[in-house]
Amino acid sequence: MIPELGHFALIIAFAVAIVQSIVPLIGAARNQPALIAMARPAAMTQFLFVGLAYAALTHAFIVHDFSVLYVSNHSNLVQPLLYRISGVWGSHEGSLLLWALMLALWTIAVAVYSKNLPEILMARVLAVMGMVSTGFLAFMLFTSNPFERIFPVPLDGSELNPLLQDPGLAIHPPMLYMGYVGFSVAFAFAVAALLGGKLDATWARWSRPWTTIAWSFLTFGIALGSWWAYNELGWGGWWFWDPVENASFMPWLVGTALIHSLASTEKRGVFKSWTVLLAILAFSLSLLGTFIVRSGVLVSVHAFATDPERGVFILGFLIFAVGGSLALYAWRSAAVVSFGRFQWFSRETALLLNNIIFLTAATAVLVGTMYPLVVDAFGVGKISVGRPYFDTMFAYIAIPLLLLMGVGPAIRWKGDNWPRIAKTTSIFFVFSLVVGLLIPFIVEDKLNLATGLGLAGALWVALTTLKDLLSRMMRGLKLPLSYIGMIMAHFGVAVFVAGVTVVMTYHSEKDLRMEPGTSYNISGYEFLFQGTRTVQGPNYIAQEGVIEIWSEGEKTGELLPQKRTYTGKSEPMTDASIDITFTRDLYAALGEELENGAWSMRVYYKPLIRWIWLGCILMTIGGVLAVSDRRYRQSVKQTATKKVTATASL
Amino acid sequence: MEKNQPTLLKRFMPLIIFGAMVVLLAIGLTLNPRLVPSPLIDKPAPVFELPLLFKEGSFSNDDLLGHVTLVNVWASWCFACRQEHEVVKNLARSGVRIIGLNYKDESADAKNWLARLGNPYQVVAVDYDGRIAIDWGVYGAPETFLIDKEGIIRHKVIGPLSDQGNYEALMAAMQTLK
Amino acid sequence: MCKKTPIITLFFLLCVSFSSISAPVETFQFDSPETEKIFHKLSEELRCLVCQNQNVAESNADLAKDLRLEIYTMLSDGKTEEEIVDFMVQRYGDYVLYRPPLKPMTWLLWFGPIIMFTIGLIFVVRFMRSQDDATQTDSLSKDDIERIKNLHAEQDK
Repeated sequence: MIPELGHFALIIAFAVAIVQSIVPLIGAARNQPALIAMARPAAMTQFLFVGLAYAALTHAFIVHDFSVLYVSNHSNLVQPLLYRISGVWGSHEGSLLLWALMLALWTIAVAVYSKNLPEILMARVLAVMGMVSTGFLAFMLFTSNPFERIFPVPLDGSELNPLLQDPGLAIHPPMLYMGYVGFSVAFAFAVAALLGGKLDATWARWSRPWTTIAWSFLTFGIALGSWWAYNELGWGGWWFWDPVENASFMPWLVGTALIHSLASTEKRGVFKSWTVLLAILAFSLSLLGTFIVRSGVLVSVHAFATDPERGVFILGFLIFAVGGSLALYAWRSAAVVSFGRFQWFSRETALLLNNIIFLTAATAVLVGTMYPLVVDAFGVGKISVGRPYFDTMFAYIAIPLLLLMGVGPAIRWKGDNWPRIAKTTSIFFVFSLVVGLLIPFIVEDKLNLATGLGLAGALWVALTTLKDLLSRMMRGLKLPLSYIGMIMAHFGVAVFVAGVTVVMTYHSEKDLRMEPGTSYNISGYEFLFQGTRTVQGPNYIAQEGVIEIWSEGEKTGELLPQKRTYTGKSEPMTDASIDITFTRDLYAALGEELENGAWSMRVYYKPLIRWIWLGCILMTIGGVLAVSDRRYRQSVKQTATKKVTATASL
Repeated sequence: MEKNQPTLLKRFMPLIIFGAMVVLLAIGLTLNPRLVPSPLIDKPAPVFELPLLFKEGSFSNDDLLGHVTLVNVWASWCFACRQEHEVVKNLARSGVRIIGLNYKDESADAKNWLARLGNPYQVVAVDYDGRIAIDWGVYGAPETFLIDKEGIIRHKVIGPLSDQGNYEALMAAMQTLK
Repeated sequence: MCKKTPIITLFFLLCVSFSSISAPVETFQFDSPETEKIFHKLSEELRCLVCQNQNVAESNADLAKDLRLEIYTMLSDGKTEEEIVDFMVQRYGDYVLYRPPLKPMTWLLWFGPIIMFTIGLIFVVRFMRSQDDATQTDSLSKDDIERIKNLHAEQDK
């Protein structure tokens, strides 16, 4: 019964979304307040019904309703509650429902926090978001119904993929989707501005916080995915450049360009059409990502459904949404003209260069991901594009980016002079270069240019960022949260680059055969294998290996890797064990049991790997801080006061 | 007067690029990204010598000369091989010379499988560790190679012959050899 | 095409259930640390053909195991990295390489980003120059305005 109600709720939501898409838009075009006023209630109603549908599916999971096909495919009787709840988004249909829920959530957030927006703009924004909702709800209702039933009802289901039964997974997709989907707000603002033919600094000020929050969520979501893969997959990797990973990285790259471009538009009224285009592009890449994941056009470990039929639907939706907005851009961007002037050496130019760099990065990822398809489509053969390509491209892209990051924030708006900047930063430049190149030289006894430059770049950004902060503090200037946010995010980049550089150069791994009582030395740590024991989990039985870690004659830790056999699945699964400190990870994964109680196993030494995710966390927090800045909260209060005084004077 | 008016090209460029992307994706929906074409087409069959399943002796690439041959890679653990087996038997009955290449299989299992389902092969060669299969660019079972009289590989079928498209492509290739 | 898909999916299902579940661990003995490094590099740069986008190092599929053994054997026989790569490409085509070879077909791939960057820079330079021109036009008209004012002033005398 409840699944049917859920399905029904979805249908109602679809109808309401259609109303939300069309009515306010007509109202905005004809300046009819009655129609415009329908926007917010429509958005609220849509959220209500999508929420009900989502609740219905979750309920089906929790009570083990295996008559629902989706539940029986992704849950069984012994599945822990957490993974029954998170299993809702574990595959195609359910994750679409999550998409729709997130979108509805962002929509009502805009509906609630838009009191200081002109009504016409608000109506258009909500209408555009309504159109996106309509698309996703239609996709579900016509091709991917989460509430499809199965008869006869199986007595037990197939469990959720054990790989996905991890706390990291529980939050990775929701966070990722909050970001992915959140860019729809910037998109809607851009389309609304194009429709209205007006785009000024105020528009940028409204768009900015929404975009920054979405960006923060996306940063966090991607970092979580990487962290989870490292912890769960047993091969010590944290990023594979898989098409689905790239599908989330491209919107992030363009989103980063967008938040910087919005800053310029807000402060100086420049780059307006550029910013609008980036806003459209960021969300378009989110939609492209949806296509890649669900159409089977590219081969990926993450791919949900590989169904060309569904692919056709999404492609149609892409044509409408992206093609439509780009057509609108072609038609209307002439009306979006920037009047600001700036000199060759100015913050504006620096930010323009920043945009070029990030777009180049996004291009590299897009070209690399799509190239096998291009080659195949032209019938000239089949190639693969993998990590070696992307790593090489990003190594080169990092150089101008890090250089720019060191000086960019210090350059003044409108115009500045190079000698002033050089005077304060050249000492840091020399210091970073020397120390950066020196460190690998000391460690390896030979010149390692790649590693040296990577470290130099990280040091350069870290030092110049701190210097900027300190000099501001010493001059007694204000430190608004948006500034602190920027500092933290930029510092996070430095931490990230340092982590990546060190771990890629100095990690070591070894596959060994170990008998109980033997030990192996790796990078100054001794791994002493003490044999295995049997351990019982909630839905698995495991062989647990005990590996003691000794350093400088003392036992500093213990690793307990497991080989788990889940009930209902015959294939055993590795659960790696990791000893974590701020400066390194020690990692062990069991292979196979050999004769005499010996085991094959893999041990890793991963220096500074945690800095990768620490850097991402710093970026995320930076974004959140920037959004919490007083001026965004103040503008809400100001408008409220204005309204009060306006009514008072009547 | 503002000179910052973007040109017509600049305004339409994003849309044009997107259009190209859509065409690419649409074509992509009709392709199979998992199919790996063989670089061995029109090249001589790799040099090999393998033991036989049913008797003493061996089979080598020299034995491929003189007739048009199908080399069918199969195994008893391969589900799709069972699906295509009827088609393979029909081909054998119609006079096609088919050599079986038993891939990474236990001989006892292979013999049982053929006993139960029928043996269409003139000869069955055994590639126990899959080493020779690597030389043939095999990456799964079933796969079927069409070899001409001079021992040159002319066509490769990836997947079961019971698939309509696979079968027709093979027939077309065989026609060109007659 | 749709009919083929389920069978191909079945055909490859073997790999999906095996791989990405447990890390494959092999205890090869290498002649030297350099050889071991090359082994790891090759295993990471060669693609496992039966898998859903995994390299030979990380996949548990039978074919991946065979290929790792092949790489190890060839290294023990003294073959170079290039020879092993050529060996694989001869049998499986360019698809087996995660590092796409540089040939006319892949020029756009390898040089695309730098071309994009260059176009971007050109765009920036042209934009800045057009700004300069516009500023000059403005200031010229300011001069013109001055002259007109003076002319008017003279006329009013």
